[in-house]
Amino acid sequence: MSKNEKMYDSPDSASSVGWIKAKVARLADEKNPFRLQSGRELFPVDVEYECYGKLSRKRDNVVLIGHALSGDAHAAGWDKNADASGRLWRKRKPGWWDSVIGPGKALDTNKYFIICSNYLGSCYGTTGPSSVNPATGQEYGISFPVVTVSDWTRLQKLLLDQLGIERIYAVIGGSLGGQQALEWALAYPDMVDNCVVLAAAARLSTQGVAFNAVGRYSIMNDPNFAAGDYYHASARPHNGLAAARMLAHITYLSDEGMIDKFGRRLQDKEKPDFGFGVEFAVESYLDYQGRSFVERFDANSYLYITRAMDYYDAAEQWGEGDLVKACGRTRARMLLVSFSSDWLYSPADTRKLALAFCRCNRPVSLVEVPSSFGHDAFLVEAETVGRLLKSFLAAGK
Amino acid sequence: MRRKQDNVNQQSLQALGKLLLGKIDPSLLGIGSTKIVDFLEHVGSSAPRAKTESGEPVSRWQDALIEKEIGKGASVLDLGCGNGKLLERLMREKNVFGQGIELDLAQVFECVERGVPVFQGDLDAGLKGFGDASFDYVILEETLQTLKRPDLMLGEMLRVGRKGIVSFPNFAYWRVRLDLTVRGRMPITEWLPYKWYDTPNIHLFALNDFLDWAEAAAVVIDRGFVLSEGEVRELRGDDNLHAEEVLLVLKKR
Repeated sequence: MSKNEKMYDSPDSASSVGWIKAKVARLADEKNPFRLQSGRELFPVDVEYECYGKLSRKRDNVVLIGHALSGDAHAAGWDKNADASGRLWRKRKPGWWDSVIGPGKALDTNKYFIICSNYLGSCYGTTGPSSVNPATGQEYGISFPVVTVSDWTRLQKLLLDQLGIERIYAVIGGSLGGQQALEWALAYPDMVDNCVVLAAAARLSTQGVAFNAVGRYSIMNDPNFAAGDYYHASARPHNGLAAARMLAHITYLSDEGMIDKFGRRLQDKEKPDFGFGVEFAVESYLDYQGRSFVERFDANSYLYITRAMDYYDAAEQWGEGDLVKACGRTRARMLLVSFSSDWLYSPADTRKLALAFCRCNRPVSLVEVPSSFGHDAFLVEAETVGRLLKSFLAAGK
Repeated sequence: MRRKQDNVNQQSLQALGKLLLGKIDPSLLGIGSTKIVDFLEHVGSSAPRAKTESGEPVSRWQDALIEKEIGKGASVLDLGCGNGKLLERLMREKNVFGQGIELDLAQVFECVERGVPVFQGDLDAGLKGFGDASFDYVILEETLQTLKRPDLMLGEMLRVGRKGIVSFPNFAYWRVRLDLTVRGRMPITEWLPYKWYDTPNIHLFALNDFLDWAEAAAVVIDRGFVLSEGEVRELRGDDNLHAEEVLLVLKKR
């Protein structure tokens, strides 16, 4: 069986967390608005989150998971509410990190109490541009304030406060979730024991910022974008969002991975049609990714979340531009994992972050996993990543 | 062309002995002829690298010395830290701040399992990015001779560490010299167990070569130990001949 053929644990399997119902917490209201890094205030703020496993009596087994750009709180198990919430794609597959989270798995729910929450500005149950602004009775659209990774972290802190959790045994995330994990170790050094950053760095590369800019450009120049006010229109900026997703997908794969997966094969044909339809297998793949994405993601949310990704810079946030100074704040044991063919958050960028920890004598492990799966490797190489997570967490006690 | 085996019989041994005694290092006399004859009788059938019953290499003789050398609470960077056992012990028993660097992924995984902070990386790429004098000790065990530019790494070691600890096989050890002389082939000993084509040792050198470099590079030998005839003792003046393995604590002058 190849790595691409997915086998899922069924809800009744002993290694699945089973049927899961997400929860929603109100973390800010008119009396206690949420103050954003931009200076703006926001209320109400609801956050959708999921939990797996049991909180120990000492409350010392909390593992916080950060999701990626298009991710959600549904990290493991099967969504009990998929029909009611209209998230029908969740009926076909379990949560996005089900390969790693569950009884007996790398993030063992018999041991750890695992929490994953959806980011502010997203479209999966947490307040975002598609939420209704109580002041106007209309969806926020792009009047929604710009959010940052730091905002997400402070919001998650409010969630943990509400859950009565004061210590995090481990915060773990890949890609944008890795930024989130890093920000946790920096913002709340005394709360975090262990931190795992997968396929991420202290900030997104210039090239990454550029790709995000093109993605947003294609959304905002879709005729159906209507300045973000499309929620009641007959058409949404699906073409722009699909193009953004297709472009992003190219950055998630690697050249060698694309050659392995598609080569220059034509899609379901022997000879070219000499036209501009879907000719190549790689075109067909991107076309599918684009079309399926628009069914489950909001174009406005894409603008906000990519912007948060652009803005994040650990050195600026905590070290006045000096990454070593920033890293010196942390108290957590750090594990940084990069993937050899990842060119979005390259091994060289992850290495820079690891070196910054080294320079201030913070214990850091850096593992560069050989993989042809590009940025996607942090999800695809589940066996390797799982092994690292399991042993790093076990040794951190 | 059909080559002849180098013919080692009693007569030629005696002739060789005379040559050696007359022409080579006079301190060879200190070894004692019984040992030399014994060695010559077994030459070519050298023991393979010593292994324990589990197949693991024997615990590095240097580890005990390093543990003694390093004070409580020191910071230690172990270059080519392998599976992290030394750092694990130092962290546990000396409460050191330990950081390892290792290239081999399987070994890196073992370090993570041990809870040893490890940085996956190629030592030939240097220690770029590591701060000056950011560690009390930088350790380089049995690795120097495998690097493309040992001199650059030594410089980096003493930039990043206040002290450096190196260990290496001494290519001028008398058994190595005799093995080469008698067999006429690259020496194979317990500490140099490889064939010429699969050896990771691309820069073999003698203790005296190292001491020459140290002199020229203004590096001081703070302390030295050797493994000689199965015993560990302090470094002596004639160890270019007697030391099979050397461990030196270095610092900048």
